[in-house]
Amino acid sequence: MSFSFIGAAHAAGAPAQGGMFPPFDASTFASQLFWLAVTFGLLYVLMSRVALPRIGGIIADRRAKIESDLRDAAAAQKAAEDAAKAFEAGLSQAKANAQGIAQSAREAASKQADTRRHAVEADLAAKLAVAETAIVEMKGKAMANVAAIAEDAAAAIVERLSGAAPAAADVAKAITASAKK
Amino acid sequence: MAAGTGPVIDPIHQFEVHPIVPLNIGGLDLSFTNASLFMVIVLGVALLLMLGGTAGRSLIPGRLQSMAEMLYEFIEDTCQSTMGSHGRKFLPLVFSLFLFVLLSNLIGLIPGTFTVTSHIIVTFALAAVVILTVIIYGIAKHGTHFFGLFVPSGVPKPLLLLIVPIEVISFVSRPISLSMRLFANMLAGHIALKVFAGFLLMLSAAGGWFALAPLPLAMIVALTALEFLVAGLQAFVFAVLTCIYLNDALHPGH
Repeated sequence: MSFSFIGAAHAAGAPAQGGMFPPFDASTFASQLFWLAVTFGLLYVLMSRVALPRIGGIIADRRAKIESDLRDAAAAQKAAEDAAKAFEAGLSQAKANAQGIAQSAREAASKQADTRRHAVEADLAAKLAVAETAIVEMKGKAMANVAAIAEDAAAAIVERLSGAAPAAADVAKAITASAKK
Repeated sequence: MAAGTGPVIDPIHQFEVHPIVPLNIGGLDLSFTNASLFMVIVLGVALLLMLGGTAGRSLIPGRLQSMAEMLYEFIEDTCQSTMGSHGRKFLPLVFSLFLFVLLSNLIGLIPGTFTVTSHIIVTFALAAVVILTVIIYGIAKHGTHFFGLFVPSGVPKPLLLLIVPIEVISFVSRPISLSMRLFANMLAGHIALKVFAGFLLMLSAAGGWFALAPLPLAMIVALTALEFLVAGLQAFVFAVLTCIYLNDALHPGH
């Protein structure tokens, strides 16, 4: 070894015990290099062949899994949004339907009420007309009776005052004349 | 003070390497030492975290798996931001270096353990892996064009006589600075901790002076916190510089 100049004198006898600074003791170099080559070589081979590809694979798998999960989540969210949109559309459709139904029901009800009111009004008008004719009739009769009563009353008054009963024709003439005034 | 009777702490002792299982192949001493043991422990913890933690491949990670994923994504981001998308092929190298350095630094902070990265030969070897990768990949990919790295474009010809050697020196000093930075940080931090621990023991054993013992204790607590920061930071610096140097191999033009 190139380091033999440091420890050549001491290398022969007592290993590392004879005042020699151990890291510079060239007698141990061969053994250190040999076992370093064995252990580090083994470490390198196992890391490059087994450990690092395995860890790289684990990390890549995880990344792929996370990405696919995120994609699935995005698709699920899209589906949920579509469903919400469809629900909204159905809801507004149903609202419009309900309004239409309420509108037509209201119209039908008011039409029915109108027809019934018209029928009742017509009925009432007919009754009114009948009553009016009856009143007119009765009024005419009553008026005819009034003249007769007036003649009787006038004849009675005149008889009481004058003591003589007037002629019926004269009384009737006088009544009609005073009624005309 | 009665020298020799009180407790003695040798701040260098923690860096000593002793064989556990002696092994000699072709005249080379390849013994399985305490340093080797902690390299194996670092490897074991790394595998427990990166392989054991991710064995479930769960979509929703547990604690170990999130730690493994955080480290992966951190280094991937660093590679991406310094080298661009071409840097992916160096991800395993940068990641292994980062993890090895980070775990060595952190495990070394546990009292009684050995810090693998406190030995210059280890950090130098790791830096050499980086620089050799840069040189070999750079020449294999770009051929002689790779040496354009040393010739900044738009510089007048006479100045190149000065600039090119400076660029070569700066390139050559990269592995040295890369390994020295990590080694010196680990070494100095651990020595400082042990020195203050020594003060603590000496004061405690020195009669009335024990009243002052909380001072080095507070220092040790503060230094330990700092060392945790340094452990993570140096691993990060090592990884970022590795990325920057590898970027030269990918895009040699200035």
